[in-house]
Amino acid sequence: MKVLHDTVVLLGRSMRHILRSPDTIITVLITPIMIMLLFVYVLGGAIQTGDRNYVNYLLPGILLIAIASGIAYTALRLFNDVQQGLFSRFHSMPVSRSSVLWAHVLTSLVSNAISVVVIILIALIMGFRSSASVVEWLEVAGILVLFTLALTWLAVIAGLKAKSVEGASAFSYPLIFLPFISSAFVPTAKMPTVVRVFAENQPVTAIVNTVRSLLNSQPVGNQIWVALAWCVGITVVAFFFSMLAYRRIP
Amino acid sequence: MAPNAIQVNGVRKSFKATQVLKGIDFEVRRGEIFALLGSNGAGKTTTINILSTLLKPDGGNASVCGYDVTRQPEKVRESISLTGQFAAVDGILTGRENLMLIANLRGVPNARKTADTLLSRFGLRDAANRRAASYSGGMTRRLDIAMSLVGTPSVIFLDEPTTGLDPEGRLEVWKTVKALADGGTTILLTTQYLDEAEQLADRIAILHGGKIIASGTLDELKKLFPPAKVEYIEKQPSLEDIFLAIVGQKEAK
Repeated sequence: MKVLHDTVVLLGRSMRHILRSPDTIITVLITPIMIMLLFVYVLGGAIQTGDRNYVNYLLPGILLIAIASGIAYTALRLFNDVQQGLFSRFHSMPVSRSSVLWAHVLTSLVSNAISVVVIILIALIMGFRSSASVVEWLEVAGILVLFTLALTWLAVIAGLKAKSVEGASAFSYPLIFLPFISSAFVPTAKMPTVVRVFAENQPVTAIVNTVRSLLNSQPVGNQIWVALAWCVGITVVAFFFSMLAYRRIP
Repeated sequence: MAPNAIQVNGVRKSFKATQVLKGIDFEVRRGEIFALLGSNGAGKTTTINILSTLLKPDGGNASVCGYDVTRQPEKVRESISLTGQFAAVDGILTGRENLMLIANLRGVPNARKTADTLLSRFGLRDAANRRAASYSGGMTRRLDIAMSLVGTPSVIFLDEPTTGLDPEGRLEVWKTVKALADGGTTILLTTQYLDEAEQLADRIAILHGGKIIASGTLDELKKLFPPAKVEYIEKQPSLEDIFLAIVGQKEAK
């Protein structure tokens, strides 16, 4: 099938970009890893989470930070392709238009999956242990993929709409910061009311709580549904605006 | 078979309040080099984008190789190739990989052989395995044009192919374009350089303020002006002549 064939060819192209510029993977990984080291070995001793193993408590939030910084590069790759005229070149060829965009989205999923795996390996060295079953691991993977997809479609809007390189990546800063005002690092219970209300009702908390419960083989309660609703909701809205923006690209 | 490779009738296009094309008409015959001459902002790129199916016209109609650009864009895309104003090559891929990428997308059998043939033809064989980002301006443009030839499209659009090139790079591109036309490819190129149109084009159209204000062969256009007066002047070499002569001597040594 033509769409599938084109998508695979273009996916191969952007995966080659990632393999040839390992600096992009390193830049994506360095911040979350530093934060993890900082919180586990410097601040962690003073944080009371009720969890004996602070790495276990921290990991889900670190993974979200890694994904949020990873999608900045998705926006950047899109921006560059538009600016350098490669999109125009592909669009004037007998290439399915949606393949051009989907290749970038799939690249984002694959590269973020690589970052997540690397961080989990480092966390294992730092003492992370999970009692999750295969099914629970698959659920974790599913939620992280949905979260990546939601942020990726946000990145598509940024990449297509940006006027400068800085603009294409700057939109991810608030997303990287969001886990700090959530249950990712400390329980929300002791936060001042206003902050707590925000923290408990923003997407990161529901996603972090769900992933944490799954990794600890604990019941997820209704948090998983809140998490899924956020991911799917953001994806749908961002996809709609991405399509609007994409239609304007010659 | 349609008699003309490109047929444009009353094409209009506006962006918000600005009317860029106010109804333009021209036709390009099979196998000729046609130059669309105009200053910046005259609507050259808009015209090319409409003909290469990237933009939809607001009115009028246009066809390429007999296919309507709005109703049969797929068919048009199969017969054309666009070399945009800025060389659209993937800097992270090597020259060969760029060509193979296009070959794979166009479904050309034996992508590698196609790439190698084009690399030799454009003098890029030694640079085949280097990343395109390390190429000089002239080499990048040659790779860009080579990418447009993958799958041998019958019509090629070149949007300001020599803008930003040094004089040698410019001559290289001119040679390439002439060779292409000799091979039977129809070429529509835009340029803001008068000498470029004069050197290359079989026919020229002047686009100004969203309209074609004159078109024809160079001789026909010359007739629009008062007859030439014969004057004797001493021909001074231009700086370009001097530059090319000196550089040429250096290379010959």
